[in-house]
Amino acid sequence: MTTENPRSAGVRPRPYQPQMSVWWWLSKRSYLVFVLRELSSVFVAWTVVFLLLLVRAVARGDGAYQDFLAWAANPVVILVNVVAFAFVILHTVTWFALTPQAVPARLRGQRVPPSLIVASQYVAWAALSAFVVWLVVGD
Amino acid sequence: MSDTIALDVARYRPGQDTEPSVQRYDVPLRKDWVVLDGLNYIKDELDGTLTYRWSCRMGICGSCGMTVNGEPRLTCATFLADYTPGPVRIEPLENFPVLRDLVVEIDDFLRKLQTLKPWIVRDTEKLVSEGEYLQTPQELDEYRQYSMCINCMLCYSACPVYGLDPEFVGPAAIALAQRYNLDSRDEGAQDRLDVLIHPDGLWGCTFVGECTRVCPKHVDPAGAIQRYKLTAAMESVKAFLLPRGAR
Repeated sequence: MTTENPRSAGVRPRPYQPQMSVWWWLSKRSYLVFVLRELSSVFVAWTVVFLLLLVRAVARGDGAYQDFLAWAANPVVILVNVVAFAFVILHTVTWFALTPQAVPARLRGQRVPPSLIVASQYVAWAALSAFVVWLVVGD
Repeated sequence: MSDTIALDVARYRPGQDTEPSVQRYDVPLRKDWVVLDGLNYIKDELDGTLTYRWSCRMGICGSCGMTVNGEPRLTCATFLADYTPGPVRIEPLENFPVLRDLVVEIDDFLRKLQTLKPWIVRDTEKLVSEGEYLQTPQELDEYRQYSMCINCMLCYSACPVYGLDPEFVGPAAIALAQRYNLDSRDEGAQDRLDVLIHPDGLWGCTFVGECTRVCPKHVDPAGAIQRYKLTAAMESVKAFLLPRGAR
């Protein structure tokens, strides 16, 4: 532990205190990707709200469902959803890539290779997506 | 290959300057010279007033960390030849107060590290006559990676959370807490938990991941923090559900 030398107390010159720029997140690509990843959670929330509105409309009957479809076809809503989709993809891909670091899984005492953890998430994603497609398009 | 390279070095003279300025020096460019060799050349041959920290020049002491062309680097492990034709910008580590030229104040880090008890804590110490605390190679593997930390603070320099919130405990201190938490001989995890689950502890981390990218010893502080978040969350659930004695 460093303590101030009493002989230099009061005469020690002030250090320079650097200030972080408000634009720090533009200074490096990795910072920018991080900030976009954080921002993506807003669009994930929006996607959840949109889905809940859809479920509510379906529950309320055909009229409400048709109204919802008409609202969802509004160019502004379509634009928001296109942007939201891009951010949700970014969210998914970046978090999948980070998972092995956060969860160092072990199988029979051996560390599971990071690539396998990432790959298994994509497999689960594909399987779930296929199930949803079957649910919507299939009989 | 030109035989010299320009170094743009940040200078700050406390008591005289209000903010750092840049001074250019031309140093010989040799293929086996690192940035630190360039600085030593300046100090010995060109300008004895330049101030910077260094010691071992072999990536062990962790004192020569600086910002080279905007990236936190150990200057003893950063070759000048990789920056041709230059100039190479050399600044102090970011996110720390600058004492003089390239020397930063590290008291904050040392104080935080101390609060996490980075040593083996035992409830009762064994007598020397009882022998060593034995450990299997598997138990060693659990924490070995985190024990490679050399306290160079490049991770603090790279961490925007620490830059924005100086109260944040920071990457290396948490990784070193994990180094002891995961050590089979240690019994201090509960002591460290109180500091780590504080709002300025590990929950400040938003997993930017830069600490891991810049770490010269491949400690992976970001991984250590995320792993500990899981442990801390489990402990909080236990504290909520179980009576005090059963934890």
